[in-house]
Amino acid sequence: MIAAATLAALATVCALGAWRLTAARWTWRAPRAAILLWQSLGVTWGLASTGALLAFALEPFGRGIVHGLAYMGHHWREPHDFLRIAALLGGLALFAVLSAVLVAAGAQTLQARRRHRLLLALIARDEPGVPGVRVVDHPGAAAYCVPGLRSQVVISAGTLSLLSADELTAVLAHEAAHVRERHDLVLLPFAALRWVLPWTRTVHDAHASVALLIEMAADDRARRQCSPKRLATALLRFGTAAAFATPHGALGASTGENVMARVNRLVKPRAELPAHVRFAIVAGSVILTASAPLLWLLPG
Amino acid sequence: MKGLGELERSIMDILWAENGPLTAREVGRLIADRDLAPTTVMTVLDRLTRKGFLTRTRDGRAWRYEPAASRDAYVAELMLEALEMTGDRSAALQRFAQAVSGSEAEILRRALTELEE
Repeated sequence: MIAAATLAALATVCALGAWRLTAARWTWRAPRAAILLWQSLGVTWGLASTGALLAFALEPFGRGIVHGLAYMGHHWREPHDFLRIAALLGGLALFAVLSAVLVAAGAQTLQARRRHRLLLALIARDEPGVPGVRVVDHPGAAAYCVPGLRSQVVISAGTLSLLSADELTAVLAHEAAHVRERHDLVLLPFAALRWVLPWTRTVHDAHASVALLIEMAADDRARRQCSPKRLATALLRFGTAAAFATPHGALGASTGENVMARVNRLVKPRAELPAHVRFAIVAGSVILTASAPLLWLLPG
Repeated sequence: MKGLGELERSIMDILWAENGPLTAREVGRLIADRDLAPTTVMTVLDRLTRKGFLTRTRDGRAWRYEPAASRDAYVAELMLEALEMTGDRSAALQRFAQAVSGSEAEILRRALTELEE
């Protein structure tokens, strides 16, 4: 009973932690550490909530979750009372749904990127002024990367005329940071979780928080190579580029707030969290991530 | 000789510039690279058809090829995704920033003026 209770408590702690973290602002002062914390909260929540159900179901065998499942499969035993069977089915179903959605989200993302790459190959051109960057002839302002093994950075012709040379350098440094740190992989599980639990406010906010933290991490990386002020003015110019006015609420309401938050960080940087605090966050994340698999393995 | 990707691109450009469907032979005549084997042109046309960028119709013993959609339609498709306006906010692309609406844009515009002073 102890393993099931501990896992249930762990899942609750993760859910509460995530809920608190969506409102936190100190994360902006250490985006990289905060991203790691988010990832460990996500993984641990998934393993702990499924684990709690399974641990309760398999408790009569006294072998823990992993060995209990193996034992059950081997000897064709099943828990006898109704509640435990329900917990077993619930746990397995939850685990299957979480894994399947993650795989489906990954597959859908890969497919969307493949289509996008095919189109770029036929349409985008190279621009002598910005080597290595693909240019799409459209007056709207867009700058993005298509992540992958061979990532591509793409800008629109509208971006070329909107930004000064320094601002363009800053934007490209920001996109290069996304490419190098594979931020798309960080965001994918949170996007997938939103498919499973679309009505959950916390899941929605968690995705938004991580998306913003990723942008801030890329801003931090870019500012080492370019003027932070130019990156800030580039952000503002993009935000006010009316070439493609936002129709029917396709964009989140917080877009403007997020842009201002990033601009303020660049123009009036607050001190980064002290090294020992960041270390504590990283260490905490590692311990948290290790805890759920350990409880899965623990007998009894 | 150019790579296949480069060739796909030139052939699409040729067909986008034309008003009607062309046969492989006609495409071959319009292509800048004169040394190109006719079978190569056929291969590329076939590939583009399979990818869904071209449609073909029988004309006697030959096929006639034409673009499935205009160049502008594909540019628009790219931009809709780039600006996250397709509705599903997928993690397929990583965007720098987005345009905002109405009153928010006004706040950003004021901030921009302040920064530039």
